[in-house]
Amino acid sequence: MLKLEPRPETSRFWTAASPILALLITIVIGIVLFAALGKDPVRGLQVFFWEPIKSSYALGELMVKATPLLIIALGLAVCFRSNVWNIGAEGQFVLGAVCAGGVALLADKDTGRWIFVAVIVAGILGGMAWAGLTALLRDKFNANEILVSLMLVYVADMVLSYLVFGPWKDPAGYNFPQSKSFEAVTRIPKLMEGSRVSIGLLVGLVGAAGLWVFLFRTRAGFAQQVGGLAPAAARYAGFSSRRALWTALLVSGGAAGLAGALEVAGPIGQLTPYVPAGYGFAAIIVAFVGRLHPVGIVFSAILMSMFYIGGELAQSRMGLPKSITGVFQGLLLFSLLACDTLMLYRVKWRGSKPLASINSAQPAINNIAIPVVKEAASLKQGAR
Amino acid sequence: MLPSLRLKLQGITKAYPAVVANDGVSLNVQAGEIHAVLGENGAGKSTLMKVIYGAVQPDAGSITFDGKQVQIKNPVDARHLGIAMVFQHFSLFETITVAENVWLGLDKGLSLQEVTQRITAKAAQYGLDMDPLRPVHTLGVGERQRVEIVRALLTEPRLLILDEPTSVLTPQAVEKLFKTLRLLSAQGCSILYISHKLHEIRALCTACTVLRGGKVTGVCDPRQESNASLSRLMIGAEPPALQHRGVVVGKEVLAVNNLSLLREDEFGVDLESIVLSVRAGEVLGIAGVSGNGQKELLYALSGEDTRAAQRTITLQGQDTGKFSPQQRRQLGLHFVPEERLGRGAVPSMSLAHNLLLTRDEAVGQSSWQCGWIDTSALGAQAQLIIKRFNVKAGGPNAPARSLSGGNLQKFIVGREIEAKPQLLIISQPTWGVDVGAAAQIRAEILALRDAGCAVLVVSEELEELFEISDRLQVMAKGRLSPSLHIKQATMEKVGEWMSGLWDTPTAVRTQPAPAVVSASTSSVQTDSTMQDGRSHAQA
Repeated sequence: MLKLEPRPETSRFWTAASPILALLITIVIGIVLFAALGKDPVRGLQVFFWEPIKSSYALGELMVKATPLLIIALGLAVCFRSNVWNIGAEGQFVLGAVCAGGVALLADKDTGRWIFVAVIVAGILGGMAWAGLTALLRDKFNANEILVSLMLVYVADMVLSYLVFGPWKDPAGYNFPQSKSFEAVTRIPKLMEGSRVSIGLLVGLVGAAGLWVFLFRTRAGFAQQVGGLAPAAARYAGFSSRRALWTALLVSGGAAGLAGALEVAGPIGQLTPYVPAGYGFAAIIVAFVGRLHPVGIVFSAILMSMFYIGGELAQSRMGLPKSITGVFQGLLLFSLLACDTLMLYRVKWRGSKPLASINSAQPAINNIAIPVVKEAASLKQGAR
Repeated sequence: MLPSLRLKLQGITKAYPAVVANDGVSLNVQAGEIHAVLGENGAGKSTLMKVIYGAVQPDAGSITFDGKQVQIKNPVDARHLGIAMVFQHFSLFETITVAENVWLGLDKGLSLQEVTQRITAKAAQYGLDMDPLRPVHTLGVGERQRVEIVRALLTEPRLLILDEPTSVLTPQAVEKLFKTLRLLSAQGCSILYISHKLHEIRALCTACTVLRGGKVTGVCDPRQESNASLSRLMIGAEPPALQHRGVVVGKEVLAVNNLSLLREDEFGVDLESIVLSVRAGEVLGIAGVSGNGQKELLYALSGEDTRAAQRTITLQGQDTGKFSPQQRRQLGLHFVPEERLGRGAVPSMSLAHNLLLTRDEAVGQSSWQCGWIDTSALGAQAQLIIKRFNVKAGGPNAPARSLSGGNLQKFIVGREIEAKPQLLIISQPTWGVDVGAAAQIRAEILALRDAGCAVLVVSEELEELFEISDRLQVMAKGRLSPSLHIKQATMEKVGEWMSGLWDTPTAVRTQPAPAVVSASTSSVQTDSTMQDGRSHAQA
């Protein structure tokens, strides 16, 4: 019989190893899945894990998809670390894209290059405003931020649809629901010629470094996290929970809005109903797989980007439905949650019940390794 | 009835991943015996009781009940054998009546009316007065405990286990409880009485098993022992006696002026016209059964609750009712809350980072530094406190939850004392702390007082308050009694006041302490009860 036994302390080894084990489990289940669908599992794995990194072009595409995931997940890490459950980054992403698109549409042939900065700022402000709605409702009416932020995603989608089907529809666009293509001056500068990677990647990496400093080296970052870990301790210390709430939502909303701006003024180049690509939801998984740690998030964003590209390739090369991407994302998240059990528990193999009789109990005792830590944890068993 | 063995435990061993809670424990309880299980927090008392009650399965050992070897797989088995337990924390539903609560816990087949009659009969039999039709939320703590006891008695137990039953009772209520228990034992019911209060065990119990670190360190007749000898068995040493010095009080540091505050949550207590004053160089003790408004008062004093009117709390001559905790700390107020994990410290964070809750020496102060944390300075600061206050920890980076309760308390108290406060407010300073650490914390409080700090101590433990306070006030039902000089305070009087009876003619009203109190001016009125209290506390 397998038995879970609580560990005296969180295992440091498994904190790092759990995401790797989760990835391995995901791959194993993926192989089974490919086989069950009658596809060659080796080919399937190749599509997901080799094709996206085999050429510089493929690597570039990997980074294009990783950039929004990285930026959104960094913002969400602030949220989740402060125990604020913003599930609606997707909506903030869309609103950021809408606001950035609105500014970009104002540009004409004579507009200066500075306009791309305005586009980015508009995106950040749009995302912040959308997240600010959630913060306001939570602050004033104690509305549940999970529900509010999630439902605002659908409102944001409607806003986008209204604009591209209505006032912002391209008059010369054969009645397709899309805005006209943005002027070249509004486009986010590329990192290098011949690649679609924009300066957004740099922004994300600088953001990761900045987040690390904020979380682990400033008092404000400390206060932000205490509110999430131990609300009573935050109150005792005098750290404002309202401030933590607003900071968390404005930072994550701003980050999602920034990602939205970088997308529409970057790879997409116009507003269409297909701007929401699920980055806001995928970033939740990215944030958790990355352990809400800036460095971890960089890696998990790349991994999740592989799943996106792999899913598209699986569609074109292997004739699999595109939803395979979502299946892989879900598998990874579930495996991770399961593997995280190992951080707090260790698995023990236990035979028959030890109390059958005194005689049979004797070897059972010897089987149980007893790390004698006399001082620690003894108080947990105490009368009080 | 001939004395015969009711319960016999042999070689009970129970290991948890990090600790052996019981290591070959044997215990013999005679029929009709009141048997004490004495030990510090963490000695393994609770685990042993859970083994007997079937809530925990031992890894090894045998249990013999009434001469038959038994396996107690769960509490239902235990109840069938005739074992009942009264837990330290009550399990009563607040919204329904006493009778309904008892009914829920009994075997089906009885009507509510029958149960009500049985409760009345059982209560009368043991002199426990109670009304079975009252809703539980209208009952005081002592009354709730009586409900738990009657509920246990209705199962006609042959062995009754009581886990720290007096921690929530006034001295008078303790006496009543003891009468009931003696009557019960005279009728042949065995009682296992778990406590760490030596004088209670000596007054009540006829046998005693002492546990230390999961092992039995002694079996004795507590009536033949002294506090000192029991203490030696329990902790292996006697804590040093505290040094007292005359009081030299200075200016008023904290004044609470007629503070009234409605409860914040529905199970709280309304504060009603609280008046108190603490001067530099004195310790004001606030006695009272917990749940009488202490929590609410401390929230208002610490700044965690800022609903009080600005002028109702004066700190260093400044009105501070609406000040945040940080603003109050800048005025020299430091506070040690009773909950260590989760309020006084963040469990998953390192000791060093936990300093940042109330200390900012390692944080860059100028605006261009943006609150930059100097981690090496922070670690050094934590190391200093660990060393000075003798905290047993894996170093500044050990997470707070890896420390035992006593050591974490030493760290938190150290964190606040090392800040050189003008006013230290400390709640339940030695709750769940082992005897050695408790003595050290009390000594630190007195040293701080002698250095001219004003100290406000809120505690449930009367012995502790008598030991370290210069003046006492008693809290009951959200009100605070007048101040009582420690020399005029007796266990009896404070116990009476704990029921809120300071306005009755029997209680002598005393004025709040004058500006300067010296030991010689106040009349010495020590009576035997109080001396008793002091000697217990120092043993």
